[in-house]
Amino acid sequence: MKERGKKIQYREAVRQAIIEAMEKDERVFLMGEDVGRYGGAYAVSLGLLEQFGQERIIDTPLCESSFVGAGIGAALGGMRPIVEVMTVNFSLLALDQIMNNAATYLHMSGGQYNVPLVIRMATGGGRQIAAQHSHSLEGMYAHIPGIKVVTPATLQDARGMLWTALEDPDPVLIFEYAGLYNTEGELSEDAGAVDIDKCKVMRSGKDITIIAYGGTLSKAFEAADLLSRDGIDCEVIDLRVLRPLDEDTFLSSVSKTHRALIVDEGWRSGSISAEISARIIEKAFYELDVPVERICSAEVPMPYSKHMEQAALPQVDDIVKSVRRIVNKDE
Amino acid sequence: MNRKTKRTSGSKKTGNNKMTVRSEREHDLHLFKQMWRIRQFEEKAAELYGKMKIRGFLHLYIGEEAVATGVTEVLTGDDNMVATYREHGYALLRGIPSGSVMAEMYGKKEGCCLGRGGSMHLFDVNARLFGGNAIVGGGLPVAVGLALADKMQGNDRITCCIFGDGAVAEGEFHESMNLASLWELPVLFICENNLYAMGTAIRFTHAVTDLASRAVAYNVQSSFVDGMDVIAVEEAVRKAAGVVRKERVPYFLECRTYRFRAHSMFDSDRYRSKDEIEEWKKRDPVETFREFLLKNKHADKKDINKIEKEVSGEIEEAVSFAESGTWEPIEDLTKYVYSEKGVK
Repeated sequence: MKERGKKIQYREAVRQAIIEAMEKDERVFLMGEDVGRYGGAYAVSLGLLEQFGQERIIDTPLCESSFVGAGIGAALGGMRPIVEVMTVNFSLLALDQIMNNAATYLHMSGGQYNVPLVIRMATGGGRQIAAQHSHSLEGMYAHIPGIKVVTPATLQDARGMLWTALEDPDPVLIFEYAGLYNTEGELSEDAGAVDIDKCKVMRSGKDITIIAYGGTLSKAFEAADLLSRDGIDCEVIDLRVLRPLDEDTFLSSVSKTHRALIVDEGWRSGSISAEISARIIEKAFYELDVPVERICSAEVPMPYSKHMEQAALPQVDDIVKSVRRIVNKDE
Repeated sequence: MNRKTKRTSGSKKTGNNKMTVRSEREHDLHLFKQMWRIRQFEEKAAELYGKMKIRGFLHLYIGEEAVATGVTEVLTGDDNMVATYREHGYALLRGIPSGSVMAEMYGKKEGCCLGRGGSMHLFDVNARLFGGNAIVGGGLPVAVGLALADKMQGNDRITCCIFGDGAVAEGEFHESMNLASLWELPVLFICENNLYAMGTAIRFTHAVTDLASRAVAYNVQSSFVDGMDVIAVEEAVRKAAGVVRKERVPYFLECRTYRFRAHSMFDSDRYRSKDEIEEWKKRDPVETFREFLLKNKHADKKDINKIEKEVSGEIEEAVSFAESGTWEPIEDLTKYVYSEKGVK
């Protein structure tokens, strides 16, 4: 019997995960901009300074490259840091440390130095904060061998991915979709660690596979609900892990439904959706009844005004229309 | 050569924590040998580069030997070191066998990083050497983090971070000095100021060329030293490391030195005059120290010959070790992108 869940916000699920990790392992600490006295830019770490003290909840100056680099050094030195970068856009200031150090040390040192570091950051658009705070660059990070990239889109994953990431001997980047922090749902009291190497079939269906992640997952669900009224049966996959890609799961789904639509808030060119599409074409081409399709963000810097921003982002309506067209193509 | 204080030289030997008490004469001979090891290793590497045995980038340290020698002499084997791409000397003096370093430069499996890092990326767990970083300034934040981990765990080691004058222009220098000072971390920042950021002279890259003075802005103690004088470097590092070790705060030491060879093997050295190089060569740290030893009767020709012979033997062995090394099988290409299961 599944224990009855309790209403909880996404940000609380992340907070619980941090608290659990801090309590379980004294090597774990949290550092980042405004994580302590402010309580976290998205209020994720609210109250943690009071609970754990400033030795373990560390407010950093605004120096992404160096506090991420310090996280790498601390990980090498035997600690298990959780580094919070306020948003993915700011993480570009630390890209050198992530890509040239965290991702390379193990290989470059011939297996001598692994970097057990977790970096959390907010990602995604839809909040009218324009072109320097709204992009979804996790697909870009997924390009880099040596790191793992995960995107918790559900309360279970927000609660459960952190501990597994901390147990991982290598750097793990956790992308929290900022639009989800306020969302609420039920989470079982005994929710805990979940895997960070598989994607997950969230809704079983036979007509089409919709692959989504992060902020697009809930849109895929909504579209699937609407489409079911027309008798279109969508299978919805939460990608969950952008690197390494669990292709077996989505390939077998596509082999069942023979149609695939990928919904990605990243830009289309060179995106994770491009990679998934390529893998489907490389490995399941003859299973397809129709070409793979993608819905991505418009290839523009994110505009501020609401109508323009909404037009730039993948929407439920786009998914519904695309699925109808794809499913009816071969009929 | 300027010896300010008379020492009966006690020095902590790299590789273990035992105090090796040497007479001043023995110590001086040891310093000479260490510098000579670097010099000969580098000369040999250049030769092997010409023979296509070593490829890629090769950044020679010739001219700067007094710095690595003075620095490593003071550190204990338990201290951390983060270095740059011009780090062969540090790797040797931290105790990585010269054969292992040479094999790494050959790209052989017997190299300290299986041949995956090469000249610019020498890592060794036993030497607590955290790379050879080839992104200028990229090692400084890592050094800060290593020191943070030590502080959090109550370890008494210090972290020594090597970088050049070029790195002082990078944001990471300023960020890392700020963090180390703000969080009171035991980092010994060693700046090897060789006056050129690759091919651009310091006067074209720094508004304030007195680099040691930069530390004031971060409330970090600092000083500079003649980096061509091994005795002076050792003394300065001993003082600086003493502050870091005792007070558990950072220290910034600028070692003013000069690179006799080009930046890398691809550099045609067009940006500085032959006269300038010749002028600096008069202050060759190895040759001037040899003269000092002979003049002060700390060594006679026999002592020097003995050292030179030992070092030649070591280098010869290193080369034959590298020559007889093997290539890592191509099947291992994707090994160590991620840790094998079970590693924590």
